[in-house]
Amino acid sequence: MNSLILKTASRYLAAILLVFSIHMLLRGHNEPGGGFIGGLIGATGFVLFAIAGSVAEARKALRIEPQNLAMIGLGASAVAGLSALFANKAPFSGLWLFLFAEEGSKGLPLSSILLFDIGVYLVVMGAILTLVFAIEEEV
Amino acid sequence: MIESAFLNFSLTVSMVLLLAGLIFSFIRLVVGPTLPDRVVALDLMTVLIIVFCGIFAILEDKPAFLDVALVLALVGFLATVALARYVERYTQREQSTRAQKGQQ
Repeated sequence: MNSLILKTASRYLAAILLVFSIHMLLRGHNEPGGGFIGGLIGATGFVLFAIAGSVAEARKALRIEPQNLAMIGLGASAVAGLSALFANKAPFSGLWLFLFAEEGSKGLPLSSILLFDIGVYLVVMGAILTLVFAIEEEV
Repeated sequence: MIESAFLNFSLTVSMVLLLAGLIFSFIRLVVGPTLPDRVVALDLMTVLIIVFCGIFAILEDKPAFLDVALVLALVGFLATVALARYVERYTQREQSTRAQKGQQ
């Protein structure tokens, strides 16, 4: 498809979608959102890129094979889930680290839950992109 | 819930009108004699659902629905673009098969 309007607009739209997907991912712990929906929105950005230009362009923009992206995500989720075993807790229970915590302030809360969510994000994004790129190249 | 008689009235009216619009565009989607009719009807339904999310966010005082509207607005046109591509390829194939038949 060769449309100048779509090509120009898709750059900005893809950027907005990617930023919004990360926003969705990070606020997922306390509000609606999370890794799954964030990954879907992020994948849409690259799908838009693939439709407006070509799949080769989208692959170049992604810089990494989508299958590898999904595998990295699966590994991150597994590490996050099994890390609780080393802290003598049941697997997949959350571990928390409060950086710079003081009296009355929690500081910067970091958790293995966030790592798990990032893993889900990468798995969903990689899987969807693998599917869509394969279909696009086939047709 | 925001307490204002006029706001409540307008919300109710807009909900009814939205429902009417959705029903009519759905009828066009089912009946629509040609593919472009159906594509436009589907696009219109997407826009109406975006508006519904906005009104529902005010009605229930839940800002999360605004995110739904935002994502739908960003993604909604993708369906139209994909269908346009499909139609383009379909006509291209039709022309090439016709040209092959002409050669034979």
